[in-house]
Amino acid sequence: MQPIIQVRGLEKTYASGFQALKGIDLDIRRGEIFALLGPNGAGKTTLISIVCGIVRASAGTVTVDGHDIVTDWRAARSLIGLVPQELTTEAFESVWATVSFSRGLFGKPPNPALIERILRDLSLWEKKDSKVMALSGGMKRRVMIAKALSHEPRILFLDEPTAGVDVELRRGMWEMIGRLRESGVTIILTTHYIEEAEEMADTVGVISGGRIILVEKKAALMEQLGQRQLTLQLQSPLPAIPAELSNYPLTLSADGRELVYRFDSQHEHTGIATLLRRLGDHGIDFTNLRTEESSLEEIFVSLVRERV
Amino acid sequence: MTAAINLHAIKAIYLFELARTWRTLFQSIAGPVISTSLYFIVFGAAIGSRFTAVEGVSYGAFLVPGLVMMSVLTESVSNASFGIYMPRYSGTIYEVLSAPISAFETVVGYVGAAATKSIILGTLILLTARLFVDFSIAHPFWMVAFLVLTSVTFSLLGFILGIWADGWEKLQIVPLLIVTPLAFLGGSFYSISMLPPFWQKVTLFNPVVYLVSGFRWSFYGTADVPVALSLAMTALFLVICLGVVWWIFRTGYKLKN
Ligand SMILES: Nc1ncnc2c1ncn2[C@@H]1O[C@H](COP(=O)(O)OP(=O)(O)OP(=O)(O)O)[C@@H](O)[C@H]1O
Ligand SMILES: [Mg+2]
Repeated sequence: MQPIIQVRGLEKTYASGFQALKGIDLDIRRGEIFALLGPNGAGKTTLISIVCGIVRASAGTVTVDGHDIVTDWRAARSLIGLVPQELTTEAFESVWATVSFSRGLFGKPPNPALIERILRDLSLWEKKDSKVMALSGGMKRRVMIAKALSHEPRILFLDEPTAGVDVELRRGMWEMIGRLRESGVTIILTTHYIEEAEEMADTVGVISGGRIILVEKKAALMEQLGQRQLTLQLQSPLPAIPAELSNYPLTLSADGRELVYRFDSQHEHTGIATLLRRLGDHGIDFTNLRTEESSLEEIFVSLVRERV
Repeated sequence: MTAAINLHAIKAIYLFELARTWRTLFQSIAGPVISTSLYFIVFGAAIGSRFTAVEGVSYGAFLVPGLVMMSVLTESVSNASFGIYMPRYSGTIYEVLSAPISAFETVVGYVGAAATKSIILGTLILLTARLFVDFSIAHPFWMVAFLVLTSVTFSLLGFILGIWADGWEKLQIVPLLIVTPLAFLGGSFYSISMLPPFWQKVTLFNPVVYLVSGFRWSFYGTADVPVALSLAMTALFLVICLGVVWWIFRTGYKLKN
């Protein structure tokens, strides 16, 4: 199936001369949740802003459901809802008015029942008549989500949706995003919370220094995640790994004091028990042991570091 | 399917902007109405009674069209500039930029709302003036035409100003240093034929002169400059403003980086 968003050779050089995007190619599949990860200043917001029509690209093309964002902007934009990173709201308006305004702006006839449902879903119904400036930061963020949803977008961009939202509400937001996905909405989110990507995303993309450095199905990443290691601190340094243990994936540290065993945690038989028994048989004693898992965060950090 | 014109969006912006006026009713409407009343009391009633009639019209009545024009054009500029500067300043402009709405529709929404306010304001001032002085309107159609043209043109100018300004100071300095002086020297309080010949020539460079003169003609049938010239100059100014707005959107000037 044709990807819902297709980015080709996208570049952006700001007026200051700074090149924020250096040739981005990216496909986003219809109906998936795509998590865009990357350090501060990687170009996430720039990329999103170009797709949404807020920033002009310096080179390259973007199509949204087959509509070019420049030549066929009206069709492209009416499919997209955007929750920007910055909290920007019409301070003096009521929640109800500002959300209804967004729906009109996107060319949709009024639909009070829909707006009510969105506000209830986001626990904002009690606040519908409050002025936006009288809300807390987390509530304002939810108002912005309500504005983006008010025109029933097929694609939703969430630029750090859960920044400044408390844990309980964050859970609620994840659930809501899950429900949206079930209704067929494609969701692209950026986040600094790795667990958020782990929890929700179907696909994870990593961007750094204006380049996409990885796009991978989360399942594939999780396989890498499944790799764990067991580190044994030895009582006395070992000159070399005994030949009898050579069929185990073991590595010995340079000082001979640490033995590292890699295993697959998804596997039923991790082989830890037999390994420990065999070590005992060889009189290799240890003072301490620990297991580590490579998290998405670790993969992410090492990837980004490699490139810099 | 996507419509050729996003009428819902125009309506949303238009009503949103009018709602803003409603919230700040006092500043937007009551303020100018009160200050104009003060002009009438001071110039029309107190001092005006000592002035002779200008071109066969009592001084109080002579003042009416000029004062209406003055309020309409200063308020158009300030309303429209504020209307577009505010979302730029607060960042909410992102929504308009990301919406399926064309430059033309955006301008119709914002400028239409600002011009509507000015027309309402002008009408209210006329009604207020009626309490102080007696006046007649010789050419009602042209009176309305000049009022609408001026409101739209100066709302466009305000819109341009609101996009150009990158601080509150700039937003206020243009009305203060350019619009208000031109409005005051635009013949609201006097007929330019009362000026020495040299200043009469200088005054002809002031676009406001043409507006006030044309507007006054629609009331009393007399004018400083031929009414056709007034109309042509107003139209010219409108076209210039439209051209600048078109250029702004085509280039994304100060709107998109
Ligand atoms: N208007 C601008 N003018 C000049 N440079 C800009 C502008 N906006 C962003 N940049 C630069 O472009 C780079 C990418 O910025 P961007 O906002 O896209 O990063 P980001 O990945 O969203 O970061 P964060 O995680 O902090 O939100 C940064 O180095 C930033 O300084
Ligand atoms: Mg960002």
